[in-house]
Amino acid sequence: MEYEAGYYDVVVVGAGHAGCEAALASARLGCKTAVFAINLDSIANMPCNPSIGGTAKGHLVREIDALGGEMGKNTDKTFIQSKVLNSAKGPAVFSLRAQVDRRRYQIEMKHTLEKQENLDIKQAEIIDILSETDENGSKKISGVKTHTGAIYRCRSIVLTTGTYLKARIVIGDVSYSGGPDGLFPANKLSDSLKELGIELFRFKTGTPARINRRSVDFSKMSEQSGDDRIVPFSFEVEEINIEQVSCWLTHTSEETHKIIKENLHRSPLYSGDIKGVGPRYCPSIEDKVVRFADKESHQVFVEPMGLETQEMYLQGMSSSLPEDVQIKMVKSLPGLENVSIMRSAYAIEYDCINATQLDLTLEFRDINGLYSAGQINGSSGYEEAAAQGLVAGINAALKIKEKESLILDRSEGYIGVLVDDLVTKGTKEPYRMMTSRSEYRLLLRQDNADLRLTPIGYRIGLISEERYKRFEEKRDKIQREIERIEKKVISPTEKVNAFLEKMNSTPIKSGVKLGDLLRRPELNYEALLEIEEREELSFPIKEQVEISIKYDGYIKRQLMQVEQFKRLEKRKLDKEINYLGIDGLRIEARQKLNQIKPDSIGQASRITGVSPADISVLLIYLEQLKRDKRIKDKDE
Amino acid sequence: MEDTIAAISTPPGTGGIGIIRISGEDSFRITSKIFRGAVDFDKIKSHTINYGKIIDADKKETVDEVLVSKMKKPASFTREDVVEINCHGGIIILKKILGLIIKEGARIAEPGEFTKRAFLNGRIDLSQAEAVIDLINSKTDVGSKAAIDQLEGKLSKKLKGVREKLIELIAHIEVTVDYPEHDIEEITGNKVYEDLIPIKEMLFDIIIGFDKGRIIREGLNIVIVGRPNVGKSSLLNELTGKSKAIVTDIPGTTRDIIEEYININGIPVKLVDTAGIRDTEDPVEKIGVERAKKAIDGADLIIMMTDAASGINDEDINIFNDVRNKNIIVLINKIDAASSEKIINIENCFKGFNVIKLSLKDGIGIGQIEDEITNLFNIGSVALNDEILVTNVRHKNMIELAHKRIENAMAAYENGMPLDMITIDIKDAAEYLGQITGESVSEDVLHEIFKRFCIGK
Repeated sequence: MEYEAGYYDVVVVGAGHAGCEAALASARLGCKTAVFAINLDSIANMPCNPSIGGTAKGHLVREIDALGGEMGKNTDKTFIQSKVLNSAKGPAVFSLRAQVDRRRYQIEMKHTLEKQENLDIKQAEIIDILSETDENGSKKISGVKTHTGAIYRCRSIVLTTGTYLKARIVIGDVSYSGGPDGLFPANKLSDSLKELGIELFRFKTGTPARINRRSVDFSKMSEQSGDDRIVPFSFEVEEINIEQVSCWLTHTSEETHKIIKENLHRSPLYSGDIKGVGPRYCPSIEDKVVRFADKESHQVFVEPMGLETQEMYLQGMSSSLPEDVQIKMVKSLPGLENVSIMRSAYAIEYDCINATQLDLTLEFRDINGLYSAGQINGSSGYEEAAAQGLVAGINAALKIKEKESLILDRSEGYIGVLVDDLVTKGTKEPYRMMTSRSEYRLLLRQDNADLRLTPIGYRIGLISEERYKRFEEKRDKIQREIERIEKKVISPTEKVNAFLEKMNSTPIKSGVKLGDLLRRPELNYEALLEIEEREELSFPIKEQVEISIKYDGYIKRQLMQVEQFKRLEKRKLDKEINYLGIDGLRIEARQKLNQIKPDSIGQASRITGVSPADISVLLIYLEQLKRDKRIKDKDE
Repeated sequence: MEDTIAAISTPPGTGGIGIIRISGEDSFRITSKIFRGAVDFDKIKSHTINYGKIIDADKKETVDEVLVSKMKKPASFTREDVVEINCHGGIIILKKILGLIIKEGARIAEPGEFTKRAFLNGRIDLSQAEAVIDLINSKTDVGSKAAIDQLEGKLSKKLKGVREKLIELIAHIEVTVDYPEHDIEEITGNKVYEDLIPIKEMLFDIIIGFDKGRIIREGLNIVIVGRPNVGKSSLLNELTGKSKAIVTDIPGTTRDIIEEYININGIPVKLVDTAGIRDTEDPVEKIGVERAKKAIDGADLIIMMTDAASGINDEDINIFNDVRNKNIIVLINKIDAASSEKIINIENCFKGFNVIKLSLKDGIGIGQIEDEITNLFNIGSVALNDEILVTNVRHKNMIELAHKRIENAMAAYENGMPLDMITIDIKDAAEYLGQITGESVSEDVLHEIFKRFCIGK
């Protein structure tokens, strides 16, 4: 029996990493919000690796935090090991990664949701999206229906269904309808989406086995401990001191590869049973063994799933081979001879959308009020999901509040790169963020995410006055210190030259700017304390000052490139333009432009199949329109 | 602010003078760097014409004597700051000056870009919008065709080689950066530096190649004419070293145009063997004759062949009259089968023209033909299709920029910069090369990463 169950401004479908951010953002911006999950014990679940961050992903988490999202804070509360990756490769690629207590992460996030004003949390499967068509023929969201018949009216919906849509689990020759981590799939919503005219793709991903710590012989593995100095994810957290837990490293053996090769015919990937498109960067172990046949061994990390569990995760062993093969395979790894597998590895296939149907706000171009974020958009990873969830939640709320929407461009953050890539180019495989996807990597550092984005978060309303004030103080201090260093002249005293010689640096003969000394590769900010006095500053400030001065040549160059880039981004394109009617454009360009309806000339230029000549024609066309309008205005 | 663009704005083939036009914010600054006149360029008044020299500061040489006019915005064609340089030289000089301008920071204009700017800046009437669009589209077709033609040759091979190496290197850096803790061999700054050395050398090689004019694929367009059976096909075969033209003793065997691409002393040459031009009733041969006449119209150089054994007849004279106003070389073939008196007689018919005596049978005179062609090219008396030359300057410019970036990257390593900074220049270099080949760096790098490295959870 159907019944009217109430009204919300925003309904979020799914409470994974995207859903949580979307729901929190919407509620915090003052919208009456409900978030639905098939099982409330699966809120913010990590069905794959128990870690947050890593290269580019860590950057995303810092950006989420800078805008006022939750993922960074929740990680800081629940991590059990912290590491800065790439610490020797330069500031643009320093990346923060934390092993997380999976259960505590879930409970903490669920509790945060529960405490949030304006937010209701409900266990139900959404099976239908309700919509209306107005007199102009355009579609508009009106509500959702649950599997128990409840109808909730709403103005906006954020779809964050992860891998649940028509999910199918494959373990070797066994396959069944099922969601991640033994949860139920959502089998009905896909059809409702298709009825709305949404184009769906089928993607595939997978996860390795979980094993019991008690059955592992760590003496045959090497220990991987966390960093001594813990860098928090959240800009609001100054210091964390906890006892960290180690991960362990082992590797596949000749025997492992033999077992895999002998049983390849039983892999659904090779038999053709799996048709979904899987990510290239996340191959199963059988994939690795086949494609990199000359490699004698692959490394496998054994990672704790939490403090109050014996379960451990086998990073590097994702597989869709049958269970009996998996057991043999895992037991062939040094230290795992007597292993007890708790959960088998599996591959999962699921429905996702073609993300080129979305605007840069993550709203469906042709369905007013419908947003989508996370794995349903073809991405992979908790961090990518959370970043999109935040953008979609913010935009759903801003639209209801009739405020200007949030679009981050490629020069402002990895979030901008992520959304632009998905929406403008679409993706043929699950999309993972990488630092190499960014054109302005040196500017989009994880250390300056707050400087880039906190003013935007404040403007939107997700950053409190108090936090913003602290942020401004930090920003001013950085600015003042940079100015001081650039102005201060160091005289060629004996003490100074003795110091320089000690640092293997050329002595100075006349006065030299402190900034120029800092730019010398062999010198650093901390060491310069020996020859000058300065006020004590916090680590984040010192880090910012040093990077800004040491690499200012490169930074200036990228800033110039950004200026060029912005020129085209600023030339906005009206969504009403009918590109099919612009004669000078090549046919392919007309179709692509009409399909994507780009936001700006810049976005248009990134669409596959639109040439520079097409862009020129477009510019002429815009000028033509402008002058036509001017003439008309004059006549009237 | 729009960037500054430059282009040769006189149509191809017009002798005497050529005009280079520069438009944009930087055009005055750029000109002041390369122009030396009685009055400093900065002090020249707007809308005046001034005499001076174009200087190549690096080589400390005068490139040409020129007249320069300066037009301050908005009273110019594009409503931007515009400079026009009138030079004497043929295409070679124009190309050199354009190269200097590009070096100072301008970029080669896209097809129709001056007109586009004029329109966008409100200079041209709205009714002309469509004409502007047509211009962009039509020119683009020609331009890209020229570029593609050119890329099929040697340049493309070399360029692809360097680019592949660069992409491999970037992929290795990116995988090191994006996939730490994977058991891949992490690249070190030192290894990057070592890999850059051969890349830098290869780029330098290509640049040198440009200077010698070696890489212009279309090169000289040479047409061989002559009445039937004077040995045109034999000459073609001799020069190409292949037997593509059918050689017989029956006049009119070559019924269609035969084209060969050959390399003479490093200069690429398109050699066209025509059907003998003669009055004929044979409809098939008639078509061949028509085509031959067309080929002559588009030629940079005509090689007219005569037969010493059979002497000069009316047909020879008619052919000669058809081509005498072009750049021509006259060949007297079969000197092995004729008396020296007969040969002198023939020579006298072509007084004042470039005449080479030849025996294909005995292999006499071939080297002289080759020298003559090289000579013509080097002194610049033969004009080349400007569309190709412009693409050529653009390509060279991109390769120079790439080369500079590689040098920067190497210097950055020497100065102790971390990997992520060194990468910025390497990526820029790949981007510049990508602008020639039209390939996207980021996608190629991703592809390379997944192909070569075993990564994943």
